[in-house]
Amino acid sequence: MATRSYTSRRELEQYSFHPAMTLLVPLGAILLQVMLPKLSWRLGLLDLPLIATIFFAVARRSPVAGTLTGALIGLAQDALTNQPIGVNGMAKCVVGYAGASIGVRVDVENLSTRVLLNFGFSMMQSVLLFLIQRYLLGIPGMHLLWLHELIRALANTAVALPLFLMLDRGKRMI
Amino acid sequence: MEFFSRYKNALVLIAVLLAQTIALAVQVRRAPDAAEPDSHQVRLLRLWVTSLVTPFARTAHFVGSGVRGGFSNYVALWHVRQQNQELRDRLAAMRMEQAEQVEDVMQGHRLQAMLHFREQYVGGSVVAQVIATSGTDQSRMLLLDKGADAGLKPEMAVVTPDGVVGKLRDVFPHSSQLLLLNDQSSGAGVILASTRLRAIVKGTPTGRLQIGNLTADSRIQPGEKVLTSGGDQVFPRGLPVGTVESISPDPEHQPYTSIRVRPAANLSQLEEVLVITELQSELPGQAQEDLKEAEAKHLADVAAAKAGQPLPSQAAPALGRGLDLSGGVPEPLGAAGETKVQAPPPEKAPGGLVPKPIPALRPDRYSPGVTPPAVDLTPGASHAPVSPPAPARQPESQEAPR
Repeated sequence: MATRSYTSRRELEQYSFHPAMTLLVPLGAILLQVMLPKLSWRLGLLDLPLIATIFFAVARRSPVAGTLTGALIGLAQDALTNQPIGVNGMAKCVVGYAGASIGVRVDVENLSTRVLLNFGFSMMQSVLLFLIQRYLLGIPGMHLLWLHELIRALANTAVALPLFLMLDRGKRMI
Repeated sequence: MEFFSRYKNALVLIAVLLAQTIALAVQVRRAPDAAEPDSHQVRLLRLWVTSLVTPFARTAHFVGSGVRGGFSNYVALWHVRQQNQELRDRLAAMRMEQAEQVEDVMQGHRLQAMLHFREQYVGGSVVAQVIATSGTDQSRMLLLDKGADAGLKPEMAVVTPDGVVGKLRDVFPHSSQLLLLNDQSSGAGVILASTRLRAIVKGTPTGRLQIGNLTADSRIQPGEKVLTSGGDQVFPRGLPVGTVESISPDPEHQPYTSIRVRPAANLSQLEEVLVITELQSELPGQAQEDLKEAEAKHLADVAAAKAGQPLPSQAAPALGRGLDLSGGVPEPLGAAGETKVQAPPPEKAPGGLVPKPIPALRPDRYSPGVTPPAVDLTPGASHAPVSPPAPARQPESQEAPR
Protein backbone atom coordinates (compact mmCIF):
# COMPACT_ATOMS: atom_id res chain seq x y z
CA MET A 1 0.00 0.00 0.00
CA ALA A 2 1.28 3.45 -0.91
CA THR A 3 2.60 5.61 1.91
CA ARG A 4 0.62 8.82 2.42
CA SER A 5 2.03 12.02 3.81
CA TYR A 6 -1.37 13.83 3.79
CA THR A 7 0.29 17.09 2.86
CA SER A 8 -1.36 17.64 -0.53
CA ARG A 9 -5.01 18.29 -1.49
CA ARG A 10 -4.91 15.16 -3.55
CA GLU A 11 -4.10 12.98 -0.57
CA LEU A 12 -6.39 14.86 1.80
CA GLU A 13 -9.48 14.82 -0.41
CA GLN A 14 -9.12 11.78 -2.63
CA TYR A 15 -12.25 9.66 -2.58
CA SER A 16 -13.23 6.26 -3.77
CA PHE A 17 -16.64 4.78 -4.51
CA HIS A 18 -18.36 1.48 -4.02
CA PRO A 19 -18.01 -0.61 -7.18
CA ALA A 20 -21.78 -0.74 -7.53
CA MET A 21 -21.95 3.04 -7.51
CA THR A 22 -19.06 3.28 -9.97
CA LEU A 23 -21.02 1.08 -12.35
CA LEU A 24 -24.60 2.12 -11.72
CA VAL A 25 -24.26 5.91 -11.73
CA PRO A 26 -22.79 6.14 -15.26
CA LEU A 27 -25.22 3.47 -16.46
CA GLY A 28 -28.15 5.32 -14.89
CA ALA A 29 -26.94 8.57 -16.45
CA ILE A 30 -26.81 6.97 -19.90
CA LEU A 31 -30.23 5.36 -19.45
CA LEU A 32 -31.83 8.62 -18.38
CA GLN A 33 -30.07 10.40 -21.20
CA VAL A 34 -31.65 8.16 -23.84
CA MET A 35 -35.09 8.12 -22.24
CA LEU A 36 -35.62 11.73 -21.16
CA PRO A 37 -35.69 13.23 -24.69
CA LYS A 38 -38.59 10.90 -25.39
CA LEU A 39 -40.66 12.84 -22.88
CA SER A 40 -39.62 16.17 -24.36
CA TRP A 41 -37.06 16.76 -27.09
CA ARG A 42 -35.83 19.81 -25.16
CA LEU A 43 -34.38 17.50 -22.52
CA GLY A 44 -31.90 16.35 -25.16
CA LEU A 45 -30.05 19.54 -24.27
CA LEU A 46 -28.82 17.93 -21.06
CA ASP A 47 -25.76 15.71 -20.93
CA LEU A 48 -26.05 13.56 -17.81
CA PRO A 49 -23.11 11.27 -18.77
CA LEU A 50 -20.93 14.39 -18.91
CA ILE A 51 -22.03 15.34 -15.39
CA ALA A 52 -21.18 11.83 -14.18
CA THR A 53 -17.78 12.05 -15.87
CA ILE A 54 -17.00 15.37 -14.19
CA PHE A 55 -18.18 14.14 -10.80
CA PHE A 56 -16.05 10.99 -10.77
CA ALA A 57 -13.03 12.80 -12.20
CA VAL A 58 -12.95 15.60 -9.66
CA ALA A 59 -13.78 13.29 -6.75
CA ARG A 60 -11.13 10.69 -7.51
CA ARG A 61 -8.53 13.27 -8.46
CA SER A 62 -6.71 10.70 -10.54
CA PRO A 63 -6.12 11.80 -14.15
CA VAL A 64 -5.71 8.21 -15.32
CA ALA A 65 -9.00 7.16 -13.73
CA GLY A 66 -10.66 10.32 -15.07
CA THR A 67 -9.41 9.62 -18.59
CA LEU A 68 -10.57 6.03 -18.56
CA THR A 69 -13.94 6.83 -16.95
CA GLY A 70 -14.60 9.56 -19.53
CA ALA A 71 -13.55 7.32 -22.40
CA LEU A 72 -15.78 4.43 -21.31
CA ILE A 73 -18.82 6.61 -20.72
CA GLY A 74 -18.27 8.40 -24.03
CA LEU A 75 -17.85 5.16 -25.95
CA ALA A 76 -21.07 3.80 -24.47
CA GLN A 77 -22.83 6.99 -25.57
CA ASP A 78 -21.39 6.66 -29.06
CA ALA A 79 -22.66 3.12 -29.36
CA LEU A 80 -26.21 4.43 -29.06
CA THR A 81 -25.81 7.01 -31.81
CA ASN A 82 -25.15 6.73 -35.53
CA GLN A 83 -21.85 8.55 -35.17
CA PRO A 84 -18.57 6.68 -35.47
CA ILE A 85 -17.49 5.17 -32.16
CA GLY A 86 -15.04 7.49 -30.44
CA VAL A 87 -16.49 10.97 -30.97
CA ASN A 88 -17.90 11.31 -27.47
CA GLY A 89 -15.21 8.97 -26.14
CA MET A 90 -12.45 11.38 -27.13
CA ALA A 91 -14.25 14.47 -25.89
CA LYS A 92 -15.15 12.94 -22.54
CA CYS A 93 -11.75 11.43 -21.87
CA VAL A 94 -10.22 14.91 -22.28
CA VAL A 95 -12.88 16.30 -19.92
CA GLY A 96 -12.18 13.51 -17.43
CA TYR A 97 -8.45 14.16 -17.56
CA ALA A 98 -8.89 17.92 -17.17
CA GLY A 99 -11.41 17.49 -14.35
CA ALA A 100 -9.08 15.25 -12.36
CA SER A 101 -6.10 17.53 -12.99
CA ILE A 102 -8.00 20.60 -11.81
CA GLY A 103 -9.43 18.68 -8.85
CA VAL A 104 -5.92 18.17 -7.57
CA ARG A 105 -5.30 21.91 -7.43
CA VAL A 106 -8.57 23.56 -6.35
CA ASP A 107 -11.27 22.95 -3.76
CA VAL A 108 -13.94 21.18 -5.78
CA GLU A 109 -16.34 20.93 -2.83
CA ASN A 110 -17.05 24.62 -3.06
CA LEU A 111 -20.34 25.49 -4.73
CA SER A 112 -19.00 28.28 -6.91
CA THR A 113 -16.13 26.07 -8.03
CA ARG A 114 -18.60 23.40 -9.02
CA VAL A 115 -20.60 25.93 -11.01
CA LEU A 116 -17.51 27.05 -12.87
CA LEU A 117 -16.31 23.48 -13.42
CA ASN A 118 -19.57 22.24 -14.87
CA PHE A 119 -20.13 25.29 -17.03
CA GLY A 120 -16.57 25.30 -18.27
CA PHE A 121 -16.39 21.59 -19.01
CA SER A 122 -19.74 21.64 -20.78
CA MET A 123 -18.51 24.40 -23.08
CA MET A 124 -15.21 22.58 -23.49
CA GLN A 125 -16.98 19.42 -24.56
CA SER A 126 -19.09 21.34 -27.10
CA VAL A 127 -15.95 22.82 -28.63
CA LEU A 128 -14.21 19.43 -28.65
CA LEU A 129 -17.19 17.74 -30.32
CA PHE A 130 -17.29 20.46 -32.93
CA LEU A 131 -13.57 20.13 -33.64
CA ILE A 132 -13.76 16.34 -33.89
CA GLN A 133 -16.76 16.37 -36.21
CA ARG A 134 -15.68 19.29 -38.34
CA TYR A 135 -11.98 18.61 -38.74
CA LEU A 136 -11.39 14.97 -37.82
CA LEU A 137 -14.49 13.50 -39.46
CA GLY A 138 -14.75 16.28 -42.06
CA ILE A 139 -18.52 16.68 -41.79
CA PRO A 140 -19.49 19.63 -44.02
CA GLY A 141 -21.87 22.32 -42.81
CA MET A 142 -20.92 21.97 -39.16
CA HIS A 143 -21.18 25.20 -37.22
CA LEU A 144 -20.77 25.86 -33.54
CA LEU A 145 -24.03 27.39 -32.35
CA TRP A 146 -22.69 29.44 -29.48
CA LEU A 147 -26.04 30.44 -27.99
CA HIS A 148 -27.28 26.86 -28.11
CA GLU A 149 -24.13 25.57 -26.44
CA LEU A 150 -24.29 28.34 -23.85
CA ILE A 151 -27.82 27.34 -22.91
CA ARG A 152 -26.74 23.70 -22.81
CA ALA A 153 -23.88 24.56 -20.45
CA LEU A 154 -26.19 26.53 -18.18
CA ALA A 155 -28.74 23.70 -18.12
CA ASN A 156 -26.05 21.12 -17.35
CA THR A 157 -24.73 23.28 -14.55
CA ALA A 158 -28.18 23.73 -13.06
CA VAL A 159 -28.79 19.97 -13.07
CA ALA A 160 -25.26 19.09 -11.92
CA LEU A 161 -25.37 21.00 -8.64
CA PRO A 162 -28.15 19.00 -6.93
CA LEU A 163 -26.83 15.79 -8.52
CA PHE A 164 -23.38 16.39 -7.08
CA LEU A 165 -24.88 16.95 -3.62
CA MET A 166 -26.76 13.68 -3.94
CA LEU A 167 -23.75 11.74 -5.21
CA ASP A 168 -21.55 13.20 -2.47
CA ARG A 169 -23.26 10.78 -0.08
CA GLY A 170 -21.66 7.86 -1.86
CA LYS A 171 -18.11 9.11 -1.40
CA ARG A 172 -15.65 7.17 0.71
CA MET A 173 -12.41 8.70 1.92
CA ILE A 174 -9.43 6.63 0.88
CA MET B 1 11.47 4.40 -16.88
CA GLU B 2 11.43 7.55 -14.82
CA PHE B 3 10.03 9.35 -17.85
CA PHE B 4 7.04 7.03 -18.00
CA SER B 5 6.27 7.29 -14.30
CA ARG B 6 6.64 11.06 -14.38
CA TYR B 7 4.38 11.60 -17.36
CA LYS B 8 2.12 8.64 -16.71
CA ASN B 9 -1.10 10.66 -16.73
CA ALA B 10 -0.38 12.51 -19.95
CA LEU B 11 0.83 9.34 -21.64
CA VAL B 12 -2.34 7.50 -20.74
CA LEU B 13 -4.42 10.35 -22.13
CA ILE B 14 -2.40 10.43 -25.35
CA ALA B 15 -2.64 6.64 -25.71
CA VAL B 16 -6.42 6.63 -25.22
CA LEU B 17 -6.88 9.53 -27.62
CA LEU B 18 -4.63 7.91 -30.20
CA ALA B 19 -6.48 4.62 -29.99
CA GLN B 20 -9.81 6.34 -30.53
CA THR B 21 -8.45 8.46 -33.37
CA ILE B 22 -7.25 5.32 -35.14
CA ALA B 23 -10.61 3.68 -34.50
CA LEU B 24 -12.37 6.72 -35.97
CA ALA B 25 -10.12 6.68 -39.02
CA VAL B 26 -10.81 2.99 -39.62
CA GLN B 27 -14.56 3.50 -39.34
CA VAL B 28 -14.61 6.55 -41.63
CA ARG B 29 -12.33 4.89 -44.20
CA ARG B 30 -14.69 1.96 -44.65
CA ALA B 31 -16.65 2.04 -47.87
CA PRO B 32 -20.24 2.87 -46.98
CA ASP B 33 -22.50 -0.12 -47.30
CA ALA B 34 -26.15 0.62 -46.79
CA ALA B 35 -27.02 -2.79 -45.43
CA GLU B 36 -23.99 -3.01 -43.12
CA PRO B 37 -23.12 0.49 -41.97
CA ASP B 38 -20.62 -0.72 -39.35
CA SER B 39 -17.76 -3.17 -39.22
CA HIS B 40 -18.22 -6.35 -37.23
CA GLN B 41 -16.39 -5.06 -34.14
CA VAL B 42 -18.27 -1.77 -34.08
CA ARG B 43 -21.54 -3.54 -34.58
CA LEU B 44 -20.69 -5.83 -31.68
CA LEU B 45 -20.06 -2.85 -29.40
CA ARG B 46 -23.32 -1.24 -30.44
CA LEU B 47 -25.09 -4.54 -29.85
CA TRP B 48 -23.68 -4.85 -26.31
CA VAL B 49 -24.63 -1.33 -25.29
CA THR B 50 -28.04 -1.52 -26.94
CA SER B 51 -28.73 -4.88 -25.31
CA LEU B 52 -27.83 -3.34 -21.97
CA VAL B 53 -30.10 -0.35 -22.47
CA THR B 54 -33.06 -2.03 -24.18
CA PRO B 55 -34.53 -3.95 -21.20
CA PHE B 56 -34.54 -0.85 -19.01
CA ALA B 57 -35.92 1.33 -21.77
CA ARG B 58 -38.58 -1.25 -22.60
CA THR B 59 -39.65 -1.46 -18.95
CA ALA B 60 -39.72 2.31 -18.54
CA HIS B 61 -41.73 2.64 -21.75
CA PHE B 62 -44.17 -0.05 -20.63
CA VAL B 63 -44.76 1.58 -17.24
CA GLY B 64 -44.93 5.08 -18.69
CA SER B 65 -47.29 4.18 -21.50
CA GLY B 66 -49.45 2.18 -19.08
CA VAL B 67 -49.93 5.16 -16.80
CA ARG B 68 -50.42 7.58 -19.67
CA GLY B 69 -52.68 5.13 -21.53
CA GLY B 70 -54.93 4.58 -18.52
CA PHE B 71 -55.41 8.28 -18.01
CA SER B 72 -55.87 9.10 -21.68
CA ASN B 73 -58.37 6.24 -22.10
CA TYR B 74 -60.43 7.70 -19.29
CA VAL B 75 -60.27 11.18 -20.79
CA ALA B 76 -61.05 9.82 -24.27
CA LEU B 77 -64.36 8.43 -23.06
CA TRP B 78 -65.59 11.95 -22.44
CA HIS B 79 -65.47 12.81 -26.12
CA VAL B 80 -66.18 9.46 -27.73
CA ARG B 81 -69.68 10.38 -28.98
CA GLN B 82 -68.56 13.61 -30.56
CA GLN B 83 -65.53 11.89 -32.02
CA ASN B 84 -67.73 9.17 -33.48
CA GLN B 85 -69.86 11.75 -35.27
CA GLU B 86 -66.77 13.49 -36.57
CA LEU B 87 -65.44 10.21 -37.88
CA ARG B 88 -68.73 9.48 -39.63
CA ASP B 89 -68.60 12.87 -41.32
CA ARG B 90 -65.02 12.28 -42.28
CA LEU B 91 -65.89 8.87 -43.72
CA ALA B 92 -68.59 10.44 -45.87
CA ALA B 93 -66.18 13.08 -47.09
CA MET B 94 -63.55 10.47 -47.86
CA ARG B 95 -66.06 8.43 -49.84
CA MET B 96 -66.58 11.42 -52.07
CA GLU B 97 -62.84 12.02 -52.38
CA GLN B 98 -62.36 8.36 -53.24
CA ALA B 99 -65.01 8.55 -55.91
CA GLU B 100 -63.27 11.49 -57.49
CA GLN B 101 -60.03 9.54 -57.64
CA VAL B 102 -61.26 6.19 -58.95
CA GLU B 103 -61.23 7.32 -62.56
CA ASP B 104 -57.67 8.62 -62.21
CA VAL B 105 -56.55 5.38 -60.58
CA MET B 106 -58.03 3.29 -63.35
CA GLN B 107 -56.46 5.49 -66.00
CA GLY B 108 -53.13 5.33 -64.16
CA HIS B 109 -53.23 1.54 -64.11
CA ARG B 110 -53.95 1.40 -67.83
CA LEU B 111 -51.05 3.75 -68.59
CA GLN B 112 -48.70 1.83 -66.32
CA ALA B 113 -49.62 -1.39 -68.04
CA MET B 114 -48.99 0.20 -71.43
CA LEU B 115 -45.59 1.52 -70.35
CA HIS B 116 -44.64 -1.67 -68.49
CA PHE B 117 -44.05 0.52 -65.47
CA ARG B 118 -43.70 -1.41 -62.23
CA GLU B 119 -45.18 0.45 -59.33
CA GLN B 120 -44.21 -0.53 -55.78
CA TYR B 121 -46.89 -0.93 -53.16
CA VAL B 122 -46.60 -1.58 -49.45
CA GLY B 123 -47.03 -5.31 -49.08
CA GLY B 124 -46.32 -5.76 -45.39
CA SER B 125 -45.56 -3.65 -42.36
CA VAL B 126 -44.76 -4.02 -38.68
CA VAL B 127 -45.88 -1.62 -35.96
CA ALA B 128 -43.07 -0.70 -33.58
CA GLN B 129 -42.90 1.42 -30.45
CA VAL B 130 -40.22 4.03 -29.84
CA ILE B 131 -38.63 3.13 -26.50
CA ALA B 132 -35.58 5.41 -26.38
CA THR B 133 -33.57 8.02 -28.22
CA SER B 134 -29.88 8.36 -28.99
CA GLY B 135 -29.61 10.81 -26.11
CA THR B 136 -27.90 13.54 -28.08
CA ASP B 137 -29.16 16.16 -30.48
CA GLN B 138 -26.16 15.54 -32.73
CA SER B 139 -27.54 12.15 -33.68
CA ARG B 140 -31.22 11.95 -34.48
CA MET B 141 -31.84 8.31 -33.94
CA LEU B 142 -34.47 6.33 -32.05
CA LEU B 143 -34.52 2.88 -30.54
CA LEU B 144 -37.46 0.67 -31.56
CA ASP B 145 -38.80 -2.28 -29.61
CA LYS B 146 -38.85 -4.59 -32.64
CA GLY B 147 -35.84 -6.21 -34.23
CA ALA B 148 -34.75 -9.02 -36.48
CA ASP B 149 -37.12 -11.41 -34.69
CA ALA B 150 -40.03 -9.37 -36.11
CA GLY B 151 -38.61 -9.55 -39.62
CA LEU B 152 -36.93 -6.14 -39.65
CA LYS B 153 -33.83 -5.51 -41.73
CA PRO B 154 -31.52 -2.54 -42.23
CA GLU B 155 -32.62 0.09 -44.76
CA MET B 156 -36.32 -0.62 -44.34
CA ALA B 157 -38.50 2.47 -44.64
CA VAL B 158 -40.27 3.73 -41.54
CA VAL B 159 -43.42 5.84 -41.78
CA THR B 160 -46.33 7.17 -39.74
CA PRO B 161 -49.82 8.05 -40.99
CA ASP B 162 -48.56 11.63 -41.36
CA GLY B 163 -45.61 10.79 -43.55
CA VAL B 164 -42.10 9.42 -43.84
CA VAL B 165 -39.94 9.48 -40.69
CA GLY B 166 -36.75 7.63 -41.66
CA LYS B 167 -35.20 4.25 -42.20
CA LEU B 168 -33.71 1.47 -40.10
CA ARG B 169 -29.99 1.59 -39.48
CA ASP B 170 -28.76 -1.27 -37.28
CA VAL B 171 -31.15 -4.11 -36.56
CA PHE B 172 -30.47 -6.22 -33.47
CA PRO B 173 -32.25 -9.41 -32.44
CA HIS B 174 -34.90 -7.69 -30.30
CA SER B 175 -34.50 -4.03 -31.11
CA SER B 176 -33.50 -1.75 -33.94
CA GLN B 177 -32.22 1.76 -34.54
CA LEU B 178 -34.33 4.17 -36.55
CA LEU B 179 -32.35 6.89 -38.30
CA LEU B 180 -34.63 9.89 -38.62
CA LEU B 181 -34.94 11.75 -41.89
CA ASN B 182 -33.66 14.99 -40.33
CA ASP B 183 -30.36 13.48 -39.20
CA GLN B 184 -27.40 15.00 -41.00
CA SER B 185 -26.43 11.61 -42.44
CA SER B 186 -29.94 10.83 -43.66
CA GLY B 187 -31.81 11.67 -46.85
CA ALA B 188 -34.45 10.59 -49.34
CA GLY B 189 -35.29 10.98 -53.01
CA VAL B 190 -38.27 13.29 -53.35
CA ILE B 191 -40.47 14.91 -55.94
CA LEU B 192 -42.21 18.27 -55.63
CA ALA B 193 -45.91 17.58 -56.00
CA SER B 194 -46.98 20.33 -58.39
CA THR B 195 -43.79 21.17 -60.29
CA ARG B 196 -42.78 17.48 -60.54
CA LEU B 197 -39.15 18.41 -59.93
CA ARG B 198 -37.04 15.61 -58.53
CA ALA B 199 -34.62 16.34 -55.72
CA ILE B 200 -32.89 14.93 -52.66
CA VAL B 201 -33.98 16.00 -49.21
CA LYS B 202 -31.36 15.79 -46.49
CA GLY B 203 -31.11 16.44 -42.79
CA THR B 204 -28.94 19.24 -41.46
CA PRO B 205 -26.77 19.41 -38.31
CA THR B 206 -29.51 21.50 -36.69
CA GLY B 207 -32.17 18.87 -37.36
CA ARG B 208 -33.96 20.50 -40.26
CA LEU B 209 -34.94 19.07 -43.63
CA GLN B 210 -33.40 20.75 -46.64
CA ILE B 211 -33.32 20.34 -50.40
CA GLY B 212 -30.00 21.62 -51.71
CA ASN B 213 -29.63 20.22 -55.21
CA LEU B 214 -32.10 22.40 -57.11
CA THR B 215 -31.28 25.62 -58.89
CA ALA B 216 -33.48 28.68 -58.54
CA ASP B 217 -36.92 28.11 -60.02
CA SER B 218 -39.75 30.60 -59.68
CA ARG B 219 -42.31 27.79 -59.87
CA ILE B 220 -41.26 26.45 -56.48
CA GLN B 221 -43.31 28.24 -53.88
CA PRO B 222 -43.70 27.84 -50.12
CA GLY B 223 -46.52 25.47 -49.30
CA GLU B 224 -45.75 23.02 -52.09
CA LYS B 225 -46.06 19.40 -51.03
CA VAL B 226 -42.96 17.20 -51.10
CA LEU B 227 -43.45 13.47 -51.76
CA THR B 228 -41.11 10.51 -51.97
CA SER B 229 -40.04 9.79 -55.53
CA GLY B 230 -39.19 6.12 -55.03
CA GLY B 231 -35.85 6.68 -56.72
CA ASP B 232 -33.82 5.86 -53.61
CA GLN B 233 -35.11 2.27 -53.55
CA VAL B 234 -35.93 2.68 -49.86
CA PHE B 235 -39.17 4.62 -49.66
CA PRO B 236 -42.19 3.71 -51.81
CA ARG B 237 -43.28 6.41 -54.22
CA GLY B 238 -45.83 9.04 -53.24
CA LEU B 239 -45.49 9.11 -49.46
CA PRO B 240 -45.70 12.59 -47.93
CA VAL B 241 -42.36 13.96 -46.76
CA GLY B 242 -43.29 17.52 -45.93
CA THR B 243 -44.09 20.98 -47.20
CA VAL B 244 -41.79 23.61 -48.66
CA GLU B 245 -41.29 26.19 -45.93
CA SER B 246 -38.89 28.68 -47.46
CA ILE B 247 -36.62 29.11 -50.45
CA SER B 248 -33.39 31.08 -50.31
CA PRO B 249 -30.12 31.20 -52.25
CA ASP B 250 -27.43 28.93 -50.85
CA PRO B 251 -24.33 31.16 -50.58
CA GLU B 252 -22.02 28.18 -50.02
CA HIS B 253 -23.22 26.17 -53.02
CA GLN B 254 -24.06 28.56 -55.84
CA PRO B 255 -26.08 28.41 -58.06
CA TYR B 256 -28.16 26.05 -55.95
CA THR B 257 -30.95 27.13 -53.64
CA SER B 258 -31.60 26.08 -50.09
CA ILE B 259 -35.17 24.87 -49.85
CA ARG B 260 -36.26 24.26 -46.29
CA VAL B 261 -38.90 21.57 -45.85
CA ARG B 262 -41.22 21.25 -42.87
CA PRO B 263 -41.60 17.52 -42.12
CA ALA B 264 -45.07 16.06 -42.53
CA ALA B 265 -44.57 13.84 -39.47
CA ASN B 266 -43.68 15.26 -36.08
CA LEU B 267 -40.16 13.86 -35.88
CA SER B 268 -39.54 15.10 -32.35
CA GLN B 269 -42.53 13.35 -30.77
CA LEU B 270 -42.78 9.88 -32.23
CA GLU B 271 -44.45 7.17 -30.17
CA GLU B 272 -45.42 4.52 -32.68
CA VAL B 273 -44.15 3.94 -36.18
CA LEU B 274 -44.80 1.60 -39.06
CA VAL B 275 -41.85 -0.27 -40.55
CA ILE B 276 -42.46 -1.23 -44.18
CA THR B 277 -41.18 -4.79 -44.37
CA GLU B 278 -42.31 -5.71 -47.86
CA LEU B 279 -42.80 -3.94 -51.15
CA GLN B 280 -44.66 -5.57 -54.02
CA SER B 281 -45.46 -4.68 -57.58
CA GLU B 282 -49.13 -5.63 -57.24
CA LEU B 283 -51.72 -3.84 -55.18
CA PRO B 284 -52.33 -5.49 -51.79
CA GLY B 285 -55.28 -7.89 -51.60
CA GLN B 286 -57.70 -5.57 -49.86
CA ALA B 287 -56.83 -2.68 -52.18
CA GLN B 288 -57.35 -4.92 -55.22
CA GLU B 289 -60.78 -5.87 -53.95
CA ASP B 290 -61.62 -2.23 -53.34
CA LEU B 291 -60.47 -1.31 -56.83
CA LYS B 292 -62.46 -4.13 -58.42
CA GLU B 293 -65.52 -3.03 -56.50
CA ALA B 294 -65.01 0.56 -57.59
CA GLU B 295 -64.54 -0.53 -61.22
CA ALA B 296 -67.73 -2.58 -61.10
CA LYS B 297 -69.61 0.38 -59.69
CA HIS B 298 -68.09 2.59 -62.35
CA LEU B 299 -69.31 0.28 -65.11
CA ALA B 300 -72.74 0.10 -63.53
CA ASP B 301 -72.78 3.86 -63.30
CA VAL B 302 -71.85 4.23 -66.95
CA ALA B 303 -74.56 1.74 -67.93
CA ALA B 304 -77.09 3.61 -65.84
CA ALA B 305 -76.15 6.90 -67.48
CA LYS B 306 -76.58 5.37 -70.94
CA ALA B 307 -79.95 4.02 -69.95
CA GLY B 308 -80.94 7.49 -68.73
CA GLN B 309 -81.78 6.43 -65.20
CA PRO B 310 -82.22 9.11 -62.55
CA LEU B 311 -79.28 9.85 -60.31
CA PRO B 312 -79.28 8.41 -56.83
CA SER B 313 -79.93 10.60 -53.87
CA GLN B 314 -76.46 10.27 -52.30
CA ALA B 315 -74.99 12.06 -55.27
CA ALA B 316 -76.70 15.33 -54.43
CA PRO B 317 -73.81 17.02 -52.59
CA ALA B 318 -71.46 16.33 -55.46
CA LEU B 319 -73.74 17.68 -58.13
CA GLY B 320 -72.62 21.19 -57.44
CA ARG B 321 -69.16 20.14 -58.55
CA GLY B 322 -70.43 18.44 -61.68
CA LEU B 323 -69.89 14.97 -60.26
CA ASP B 324 -72.22 12.06 -59.95
CA LEU B 325 -71.59 10.24 -56.71
CA SER B 326 -73.47 7.49 -55.11
CA GLY B 327 -72.55 5.18 -52.32
CA GLY B 328 -73.52 3.44 -49.20
CA VAL B 329 -74.17 6.49 -47.04
CA PRO B 330 -77.47 5.64 -45.46
CA GLU B 331 -78.90 9.15 -45.17
CA PRO B 332 -78.87 12.16 -47.48
CA LEU B 333 -76.05 14.48 -46.54
CA GLY B 334 -78.08 17.59 -47.22
CA ALA B 335 -79.07 19.79 -44.34
CA ALA B 336 -82.58 19.68 -42.95
CA GLY B 337 -84.99 21.87 -44.84
CA GLU B 338 -83.55 21.17 -48.27
CA THR B 339 -85.76 19.82 -51.00
CA LYS B 340 -86.26 16.11 -50.49
CA VAL B 341 -84.44 13.90 -52.92
CA GLN B 342 -86.35 11.05 -54.44
CA ALA B 343 -84.14 8.01 -54.05
CA PRO B 344 -84.31 5.38 -56.77
CA PRO B 345 -85.37 1.86 -55.92
CA PRO B 346 -82.45 -0.11 -54.42
CA GLU B 347 -82.34 -2.67 -57.22
CA LYS B 348 -82.05 0.05 -59.83
CA ALA B 349 -79.50 2.19 -58.03
CA PRO B 350 -76.15 2.04 -59.76
CA GLY B 351 -74.54 2.39 -56.39
CA GLY B 352 -71.16 3.47 -57.77
CA LEU B 353 -68.78 5.90 -56.21
CA VAL B 354 -67.71 7.02 -59.65
CA PRO B 355 -67.76 10.51 -61.13
CA LYS B 356 -69.44 11.05 -64.47
CA PRO B 357 -70.59 14.18 -66.24
CA ILE B 358 -74.19 15.21 -65.92
CA PRO B 359 -76.15 14.87 -69.17
CA ALA B 360 -76.52 18.30 -70.78
CA LEU B 361 -79.99 19.84 -70.86
CA ARG B 362 -79.36 21.37 -74.31
CA PRO B 363 -76.63 19.28 -75.95
CA ASP B 364 -74.45 20.81 -78.62
CA ARG B 365 -71.36 19.60 -80.49
CA TYR B 366 -69.20 20.11 -77.39
CA SER B 367 -71.36 18.01 -75.09
CA PRO B 368 -69.88 14.71 -73.81
CA GLY B 369 -70.85 11.74 -75.92
CA VAL B 370 -71.65 13.78 -79.04
CA THR B 371 -68.32 13.25 -80.76
CA PRO B 372 -67.97 9.76 -82.27
CA PRO B 373 -65.17 7.53 -80.97
CA ALA B 374 -61.70 8.20 -82.36
CA VAL B 375 -61.58 4.80 -84.11
CA ASP B 376 -64.55 5.81 -86.25
CA LEU B 377 -63.00 9.07 -87.39
CA THR B 378 -61.05 9.62 -90.60
CA PRO B 379 -58.30 12.25 -90.57
CA GLY B 380 -59.36 15.31 -92.57
CA ALA B 381 -62.90 14.07 -93.12
CA SER B 382 -65.90 15.87 -91.73
CA HIS B 383 -68.29 13.97 -89.58
CA ALA B 384 -71.85 14.35 -88.60
CA PRO B 385 -72.40 14.71 -84.89
CA VAL B 386 -73.89 11.77 -83.15
CA SER B 387 -77.27 12.62 -81.86
CA PRO B 388 -77.06 12.48 -78.12
CA PRO B 389 -79.51 10.47 -76.12
CA ALA B 390 -82.43 12.41 -74.86
CA PRO B 391 -81.61 13.65 -71.39
CA ALA B 392 -83.48 11.89 -68.69
CA ARG B 393 -85.87 14.05 -66.75
CA GLN B 394 -83.96 15.08 -63.66
CA PRO B 395 -85.67 15.20 -60.32
CA GLU B 396 -86.22 18.75 -59.18
CA SER B 397 -84.11 18.23 -56.12
CA GLN B 398 -81.03 17.53 -58.22
CA GLU B 399 -81.30 20.82 -59.98
CA ALA B 400 -81.92 22.71 -56.82
CA PRO B 401 -78.29 22.74 -55.60
CA ARG B 402 -77.18 24.17 -58.92
